[in-house]
Amino acid sequence: MSAGRVRHLYVHLPFCASRCGYCDFVTLVGREGEHGRYVDAVLAELELERGRLADEVETVFVGGGTPTFTEPAELRRLLEALPAAEEVTVEANPETVTPELAALLRDAGVTRVSLGAQSFEPRLLDVLDRRARPEDVRRAFYHLRDAKFDNINLDLIYGIPGQEPSDLERDLDEALALGPEHLSCYELEAKPGTRFTHAHGEELARQAESMEGYFELVVDTLTEAGYRWYETANFCREGLRARHNLAYWLGRDYLGLGIGAVSTVGGLRWRNLPALPRYVSALAGGEAPPRELEPLAAATQTQERLMLGLRLDDPLPLEQVEAALDLSALARLEGLGLVERQGDGLLLTRRGRFLGGGVTVELLAEIPANNYN
Amino acid sequence: MKLDRIRNFSIVAHIDHGKSTLADRILEVTETLTEREMREQVLDSMELERERGITIKAQAVRVAWKGHQLNLIDTPGHVDFTYEVSRALQACEGALLLVDAAQGIQAQTLANAYLALENDLEIVPIVNKIDLPQADPDAVAAELADLIAEDASRVLRISAKTGDGVADILDAVVERISPPEGDPDGPARALVFDSSYDQYRGVVAFVRVVDGRFHTRENLRAMAAGTRFEAEELGFFSPVRSPTDTLEAGEVGYVVTGLKDVSRLRVGDTLTSARQGAAKPLPGYKDVKPTVFAGLYPTDSDDYPELRDALEKLKLNDASLFYEPETSQALGFGFRCGFLGLLHMEIVRERLEREFDLDLLVTAPNVAYRVYTQSEEEIEVHSPADMPREFERVEEPYIRATTIVPKEYVGSVMELNNDRRGRFDHMEYLSEERVMLSYDLPLAEIVYDYYDQLKSRTKGYASFDYDVVGFEEGKLVRVDILLAGDPVDALSLIVHRDGAYARGRALVDRLREEIPRQMFDVPVQAAIGSRVIARETIKARRKDVLAKCYGGDVTRKRKLLERQKKGKKRMKQVGSVEVPQEAFLAVLNLEGDKR
Repeated sequence: MSAGRVRHLYVHLPFCASRCGYCDFVTLVGREGEHGRYVDAVLAELELERGRLADEVETVFVGGGTPTFTEPAELRRLLEALPAAEEVTVEANPETVTPELAALLRDAGVTRVSLGAQSFEPRLLDVLDRRARPEDVRRAFYHLRDAKFDNINLDLIYGIPGQEPSDLERDLDEALALGPEHLSCYELEAKPGTRFTHAHGEELARQAESMEGYFELVVDTLTEAGYRWYETANFCREGLRARHNLAYWLGRDYLGLGIGAVSTVGGLRWRNLPALPRYVSALAGGEAPPRELEPLAAATQTQERLMLGLRLDDPLPLEQVEAALDLSALARLEGLGLVERQGDGLLLTRRGRFLGGGVTVELLAEIPANNYN
Repeated sequence: MKLDRIRNFSIVAHIDHGKSTLADRILEVTETLTEREMREQVLDSMELERERGITIKAQAVRVAWKGHQLNLIDTPGHVDFTYEVSRALQACEGALLLVDAAQGIQAQTLANAYLALENDLEIVPIVNKIDLPQADPDAVAAELADLIAEDASRVLRISAKTGDGVADILDAVVERISPPEGDPDGPARALVFDSSYDQYRGVVAFVRVVDGRFHTRENLRAMAAGTRFEAEELGFFSPVRSPTDTLEAGEVGYVVTGLKDVSRLRVGDTLTSARQGAAKPLPGYKDVKPTVFAGLYPTDSDDYPELRDALEKLKLNDASLFYEPETSQALGFGFRCGFLGLLHMEIVRERLEREFDLDLLVTAPNVAYRVYTQSEEEIEVHSPADMPREFERVEEPYIRATTIVPKEYVGSVMELNNDRRGRFDHMEYLSEERVMLSYDLPLAEIVYDYYDQLKSRTKGYASFDYDVVGFEEGKLVRVDILLAGDPVDALSLIVHRDGAYARGRALVDRLREEIPRQMFDVPVQAAIGSRVIARETIKARRKDVLAKCYGGDVTRKRKLLERQKKGKKRMKQVGSVEVPQEAFLAVLNLEGDKR
């Protein structure tokens, strides 16, 4: 068997107990009877693509949906069939984490758990349609610790309709009190046209100005607590960056399995279409599932390298992105104190990181349309 | 044709009062075309137009009625072309004054009726659309009779739609309107009352021969412009083009000139024979000057060549359109264009957008100013950006504005006009219900949000018309808008001193709302010279990140950035500040008339 080059594997488990209003991932509510068939299909896809994987896989990430909502027997079957890796992460919702589940994960070779806490304020959890209560988050965290997990991430969301600065301060304090190794803090995105935006859009617009400082508050609080702000929205104890996500940000190849999952391998990107029945039936018949293909031109890859690389706190080697850079914009942004050069590398300053989106747009030279499209 | 067998007339009417329906009916009643021919022939000629791209329009139609030759001369239908209308009227001896039986006299009717009276035309008053259920022919007939001091019994009552009464009109044309006067044997003279451009045959002039006789292939001279050319073809419309060998005194027709530039043969000029021509031109030639100016810029700067070509083409048919290249640091390359009035501007803009598929940014319209420097030198200023910051005095154009409203709105109109620096001239009851108000106003005041105000204050019942009457000194100042210290040339204004603060404040507020926050603080200021009269600050952004950027779906993030980048491309750079097109549009809309 000829070993491939891909060292990062993503697996999508779409099932959830209920849908949260703000979520825009590919998710399916309930469908308990279908978990087994879906896992069959994912494993069939793995077999189909196995040739692309390197002998030594570095990271596996099982995301969702709510992976831990999957029926335990099916989840165990899946995890045991996946290739071993140095970092194996599973996403979990607090209310699903029992001592049994924690043990299941541990026994199946999982090394890292990402817990979707989002907030510790019941009122705000309701706004987000989250089922877990603050005590569920704490309980889940302790169960994981009891099962000897020493690498736990907490997801927090800020900018929730009705969230006061004091609410955010309390959320950060509560999260820090648990002492996670890693924190992901995202600003709530209200996508136009969604039910959530319809319900809360006005409130969000009204709050927009007062919420402007939330990002700064998050960064200040967490860095003061000794975390490394190593990516725009991610913080870790030294040495404990999320290696799987880091692979995306560094532009490495990755393979994605399951509905909606994206793979990028050697200049070709594809995305499995989100429809469950077609995915399952194709793989049951030994066929690849329906996919959207996107060949990536070299220029596009360089742009992505720039766009993702600037999110990190490590300097981005200039030679890797020079072709995509607008040099006059670079000079202007250096003048504004938003970008700096460090040796042969490019780095956003602290203020530059807060304005990272706009700065990146400026830095990108005129974007040619992806030539293949 | 003997002079006493000829009648030349036009139809004066407000828009939608039935002018073209009546013209069609006249062609039928005079059997110039049978109904069937009308369809076929008009169609044929349209096909020909399509094939050859001929754009000759029938500006004058010749019909026969009871042994007479009647020439129906079309007039441009709107206020900005007063001069053109006056030339068309000068080519006639009479005019049909057509008024809708349901709507009565409108300001435009009035203006054109006065023009006709000034030109000593015999007016045949007609009430149209008497078949309408809401028609009030008696009241409208009384208004009309009053207006032209005729007996109400002389007012014809017709329905152009049904044809009822149309024959009576033609009889009245023969009986009431005098035959043309002129010297059939004198040196040839003809009045150019309109022209159009044909891409194969050049300028086609529409003429009324006053004296003598013109021959095909004869060499002719335009007396005011000095232009010489050969009459490649003479003829008249019936309503299709009918070439003839000669056009004689009293007759109306067209001359194909072969000239490639309409500006070499302007409306109002006199044609004569190149050899042994007339010594004196016909009276009344005027070089019409644009009164309203605006900058026209392509929304997408790549479209500049298209805009230039489009203006060139429009200019071929519209000698009164003026344009010259203009560069704005905010808007890029464009043109400063001059128009006969707001309506003319609106028409040109619409044609550019519709016929040439251009997306335009139009700056706030302004009028032409006469600026006198300290050394008493006179400069004509067409753009606020060209206004010197120091000067002795400024004069601005004034108009005589006529407004007709139901009497309950008189107060509102007066209030509006007073707000706009208007001077009351007089007021007249046209009927028990309707009042005509006459005011002198600075033209600049109606260029800015006047029509909208008039419309809303009179619930749409006002009809309005104006005529430029001269220049007067005004206490005017130039207001500049500055972004982060850099003036935005496209937003400079010339305003009356008393209104400067309010306008500056409105602009600054609007810009602060419309310009997205940048990566640094941006002060927005309005200033007269170095004196800041309004100031706001657009605070720097504190965050701008794509929050979620994990999972393998990098494409979606990249597309978000690409979209943002595209958005930036549509921004205009003013100094260090990026201003979205929409901000300019919003501000220019605020400034422009919101009709």
